[in-house]
Amino acid sequence: MDGFRIPIGEWVAAAVAWVKDNLDGLLDVISFVVKFLVDGLTEVLLGTPIVVVIIIAALIAWAVRSVWMALGAAVSFALILSMGLWVAAMQTLSLVIVAALVAVVIAIPLGIWSARNDTVRAVLKPILDFMQTMPAFVYLIPAIVFFSIGVVPGLVATVIFALPPGVRMTELGIRGVDSETVEAGHAFGATPGQILRGIQLPLATPTIMAGVNQVIMLSLSMAVIAGMAGADGLGKLVVQAISTVNIGKGVEAGLGVVLIAVFLDRVTAALGAPGEYRSSLLGMLARRQTERRNVAADAAAEAPTANEVDKATAAGMRRAAP
Amino acid sequence: MVDVLCGESETLRQCRQRSVSKRPGASPGRNRCRLSSTPEVVSRGGNVTETALEARNLFKVFGRNPKQAVQRLKSGASRTEVQDAGTAAVIDASFTVNKGEIFVIMGLSGSGKSTIIRMLNGLHDITDGTVTIGGDTITGIPASRLREIRRENVSMVFQHFALLPHRTVADNVAYPLELKGVPKAERLAKAGDVLDMVGLTGWGDKLPSQLSGGMQQRVGIARALAADTEILLMDEAFSALDPLIRREMQEQLVELQEKLQKTIVFITHDLNEAMFLGDRIAVMRDGRIVQIGTPEDILTDPANDYVEQFVQDVDRARVLTASNVMELPRPLVAETAGPRTALRQMRDAYMSAVYVTGRDRKLLGMVTDRDAVKLVRKGESSLASVIKPAPQTVREDEVLMNLFVPAVESPLPLAVIDGDDRIVGVIPRVTLLAALGPGPNSTEEITLPMPPVPQAEIDAVLGEADAATAAAATEGEAL
Repeated sequence: MDGFRIPIGEWVAAAVAWVKDNLDGLLDVISFVVKFLVDGLTEVLLGTPIVVVIIIAALIAWAVRSVWMALGAAVSFALILSMGLWVAAMQTLSLVIVAALVAVVIAIPLGIWSARNDTVRAVLKPILDFMQTMPAFVYLIPAIVFFSIGVVPGLVATVIFALPPGVRMTELGIRGVDSETVEAGHAFGATPGQILRGIQLPLATPTIMAGVNQVIMLSLSMAVIAGMAGADGLGKLVVQAISTVNIGKGVEAGLGVVLIAVFLDRVTAALGAPGEYRSSLLGMLARRQTERRNVAADAAAEAPTANEVDKATAAGMRRAAP
Repeated sequence: MVDVLCGESETLRQCRQRSVSKRPGASPGRNRCRLSSTPEVVSRGGNVTETALEARNLFKVFGRNPKQAVQRLKSGASRTEVQDAGTAAVIDASFTVNKGEIFVIMGLSGSGKSTIIRMLNGLHDITDGTVTIGGDTITGIPASRLREIRRENVSMVFQHFALLPHRTVADNVAYPLELKGVPKAERLAKAGDVLDMVGLTGWGDKLPSQLSGGMQQRVGIARALAADTEILLMDEAFSALDPLIRREMQEQLVELQEKLQKTIVFITHDLNEAMFLGDRIAVMRDGRIVQIGTPEDILTDPANDYVEQFVQDVDRARVLTASNVMELPRPLVAETAGPRTALRQMRDAYMSAVYVTGRDRKLLGMVTDRDAVKLVRKGESSLASVIKPAPQTVREDEVLMNLFVPAVESPLPLAVIDGDDRIVGVIPRVTLLAALGPGPNSTEEITLPMPPVPQAEIDAVLGEADAATAAAATEGEAL
């Protein structure tokens, strides 16, 4: 068996080289856009006064979840600031947000497509498996070849790694919508687009949001690895701490990642299940609205209560039949 | 007794005509009329019944090689024989649905009824055969045309309601109109009207989850009605509801139907429901339609053992009507006949009274034996002076359920009259009871119990016996 070897590695390397040579323009465009987005967001986050950033984070937490969550967010961000990790944390945050956005923008349409087409699903499934199980570091190599050192290869690798759960959960959510409800759309003559927008997407939203949450969490875990490719942020600090065996620096940077992770996770999880958090700002607003609507509806329904409505109905039907 | 049934098709037609002029909502019970099973029935007004929907030789095979399976089924193979090529859900189903009727497709689960109804609006592709809706064949037409037909001609009500949980009740009802492109204010106004019609006034701003099951299905019906289509497909619409609510919904559907006169195809596995709602019923088994007919046809003349077994459990009291079980009107005399004839009739029938009819067999009332005897003694020859109103009469389309109380209260066999107050038959109590029993004998000749010994005779016998005991007693005392 000594002489027998399938040179898969060489093939891939050749393919990568070919892409590098022939699609240089495209790669440049990607590189430019990504750099622009991440750097732009970082500048915005760092340009805003720190107190304002913390207040905004707290307000977001309160809006989707609760006052306690707002307090937690403020404390977390203050802790990051006190560890002197503010700049790195904001760089990581913008990397994660941009990566997650790009991943979601790619994942949701792919998920919709594969939910509606069994062939697409059959093709996508092994690719997604591959993307998820391939060690994340491996993506960094071609990414560095394509985009050289910096934030761009880190982000590209992050997007590839974070994509699969977004696609999977979108597909699951859409396929999980009650088939009779979708059938109702068909039966009343809705076009596939109307069914998607009016029935499937709204009903699949909780599942899709769970997928988005997963995408964000995976992006964050990948942000550290992106540090190896030279992306600025907490990941870079962790990598430096490893290479210098600096326990204190490593723990602090790691803690920063954890704090951001918890914040992002709680916020996106709450977004997926609005109404579950009764003390959130949005929840209170929604509740007040439904209450107002219910009062109006009850008033309109006049005397009949839920128990009596059946009798009232019979009477109503008789009245309705002249 | 059987010969009365032979006049059925005639009475059905009369009955159908009358239903048009019937006061709607007068009675929540079922005294609707039945359409005859032949599509080309000419009612007395001379209108040919219009076909709203026609299915011809429908086949539906799921699986690898549907076309081949259909070929083999057509050449006589059975469902199990083509199992290797695919699962045959519907095999050679043909039927027509007339405008304004409720056509029920009934069968157990797996009989293919849900598949058939989905082929009628193209939710399932048709493997072979044609479906025609109001003159348009929907087989093999482009998707956009099919959607147009669904928007304009056919709407549907689902077993589990299939409401959109994220929209309010009013928005759900307005959904078909939204798809038609009706402006928002207009469609919400229309939704409000339809909600009023189904008795959900004021519930428009609630979410479906805030409503009970019965109310949710009313929303489902309202949505289908809002689409304002000629044809309504109802797929086990009431099967998910509690029995009490289900009953109520059935009655409401009948009331709505009296008013709206839609063409309804109703799927159910509940025979009582089928019998209650259906103008005509198609019974399905293993993908094939085994019998199509009126509820009475199915009940009294099942096409095969399967249907017969199926109908054993049906509540016959709610399906059979007075005209199904009535006997020749007897005892009966014409007004012009004298009291002697009346007495003779009573004697022959062992009755204490007799029905009197005027011209055209119109029921005038009854004459009792006592009055007749008086007349004979007075030597009068006309019955006119002693005719009393008949105590109880029922219409010929009344279901047996509603006959029990009148039958108990009537001293004579219950008089059955038609729309012009003519007596068409009578129902003795014993016939009414016998009709409820299962089996084919229920409408055939019944052996009547022996008539009672006349009272005078009993008195005489008892008198003799008393005298004898008294004599014995006095003898004992004497000893």
